[in-house]
Amino acid sequence: MLLPEPPLLEVRRLSTNFETEEGTFKAVEDLSFELQTGESLGLVGESGCGKTTAMLSLLRLLPAAGRIVSGEIRLAGQNLLELDEAQMRQVRWRQISMVFQGAMNAFNPVRTIGHQIGEALVLHAMAPSLDAARPRVIELLEMVGIPGSRETLYPHQCSGGMRQRAMIAMALACGPQLIIADEPTTALDVMIQAQILELLEGLQANLGLSIIFVTHDLSIVAEVCHRVLVMYGGVLAEYCDVDTIFNNARHPYTRRLLAAFPDLSRPTGRLISIPGHPPRLNDLPPGCRFAARCPLAFEPCFAEQPSPRLLEAGHWISCHLDRGEVA
Amino acid sequence: MTPRLQRWRQSLKAGWKLLTQNRMGLVGVIMLGSVIGMAVFAPWIAPYDPNETSMVTIDDIYAEPSREHIMGTDDGGKDVFSSFVYGARVSLVVGFTAAMISMIIGGTIGLTAGFLGGRIGNFLMRLTDIFLVIPDLPLMIVIVAILGPSLWNIILVIGFLGWTGTARIVRAQSLSVKERQFVTRARAIGAGNFYILRRHIFPLVLPLMVTNTVLVISLSILDESTLSFLGLGDPTTLSWGGMINYAFTRGAISAGAWWAIVAPGLGIVWVVLACTLVGNALEEVFNPRLKTHHLQGESKMIPHRGLAEPVVTDDHVVA
Repeated sequence: MLLPEPPLLEVRRLSTNFETEEGTFKAVEDLSFELQTGESLGLVGESGCGKTTAMLSLLRLLPAAGRIVSGEIRLAGQNLLELDEAQMRQVRWRQISMVFQGAMNAFNPVRTIGHQIGEALVLHAMAPSLDAARPRVIELLEMVGIPGSRETLYPHQCSGGMRQRAMIAMALACGPQLIIADEPTTALDVMIQAQILELLEGLQANLGLSIIFVTHDLSIVAEVCHRVLVMYGGVLAEYCDVDTIFNNARHPYTRRLLAAFPDLSRPTGRLISIPGHPPRLNDLPPGCRFAARCPLAFEPCFAEQPSPRLLEAGHWISCHLDRGEVA
Repeated sequence: MTPRLQRWRQSLKAGWKLLTQNRMGLVGVIMLGSVIGMAVFAPWIAPYDPNETSMVTIDDIYAEPSREHIMGTDDGGKDVFSSFVYGARVSLVVGFTAAMISMIIGGTIGLTAGFLGGRIGNFLMRLTDIFLVIPDLPLMIVIVAILGPSLWNIILVIGFLGWTGTARIVRAQSLSVKERQFVTRARAIGAGNFYILRRHIFPLVLPLMVTNTVLVISLSILDESTLSFLGLGDPTTLSWGGMINYAFTRGAISAGAWWAIVAPGLGIVWVVLACTLVGNALEEVFNPRLKTHHLQGESKMIPHRGLAEPVVTDDHVVA
């Protein structure tokens, strides 16, 4: 009998708040998605829509004011929210690792990249000391295309692309099943972007990794992702596979986002933007969070928040509009 | 191990070079080095042993500088230069040890307060504030008067009262370092609080602490001199402050024996100045931005002459 394989990562109705003096910011609300082994998911949305917060929630590394208020995060069947801090430390990097946004800042400027990669090995008892970790560090660096002899460089001595590669080497150090790549190609030029994406794709194929790409660049999504989750104002807007998003997007926000993408065949055409601002997360409207900017909004949109519903197999959407009305 | 040692040596060498390239820093290092050398080799430098009992005639008291006594003699007919050389030992030992104590206390409190923050951090900083507003000198006098004037009491009193500035500086720095992304990354890697503090925050706070230490040393030496001058120094060892005290209270001024006061006084000024120079130079070494930044001076990237002449490449002439 053939049973569908259980997903590697299963996030169910995750909600994360920030408690501040200015009130409660609902940074992520009711977010659900899943990830199969070897699959890559693109997490797309504007700045401040909760992408990074959602990812930090997976690792339980939120800033001091952040709280995961409800939901569950199952990694290989184990609910990460039930683990204590010591167990969680074992999950971090062994099972889930992260490629941080802006590799320059993710390295300590006064220590060599080799040391910092070795650190992960030492902390997870895969090497007794930093010196003993060297062979493995060199191996990791070569895996991402940096000559092993470069392990003695300091972060400021590396180019942007090299730092990003080193960051990826660090993410691979403990053989994780899931890598969260938080804007892995931001601040890199297009050539290096392509190289980094190619590298990640190659590693994914060779090592059977699952990757979550956090990005606001839809071209990356088109290139490397199998499925896409579009977030808006902390909630799921649309969640489906990559073909559907580009050919059959249903959510007005997704459609606007796609329309805002410059058209290469018409280089002189006006750039399209979505008028208005994202909602303030401490003062949310009662209805749909996108309603104020949505050209198709009608009464229920301002009264009731739409919850994610299944449109067709594998295509989730949070919108009050019926299929016919969206067209 | 060897490559790491090598790297250590390299960075030490580079730091030393930077320090000595700075002219004021070089002067400071030489000044401080000369005093330390004098203290270490005191028995070979001093012509007389200041602790030796000797027969004195009335002519020997406050005798003018002469060939036998290049800095004259003091109220007991002893050689001022010898006392001065040995006195450097006391002043430096007190200065360095007290500064170390200040550094350890201030560093620990500052790091803990900055890194942990919250209630503990608040409590530690309020404690620092209390120590900061207490007038140091009267308290030192009272404590030394109660505990008795021994070298160790003086060291401890200076050390335990001098850490507040360090604590504040270290706290400020660790507050800013802990918010940086590599700390989050270290946490994501699976590091605990202590590990992050030791491996990621401390190395970035250390340069500031080192610079601060040098300045605290000079303050400690000044404090010790003050206490000794007020007669609260260890009576069994003669420091520079003590020398001034004896000369001052035993009629050196009315006798016109300026040499008994000038020598130790200049010694104190010399060391404090040296520490300040070294401290400033270290600050520049650790924070090169103090010296130059992108808006300052002319750019070194553009050759001066090349501007007016056209640049000829293979087949283009660029004006």
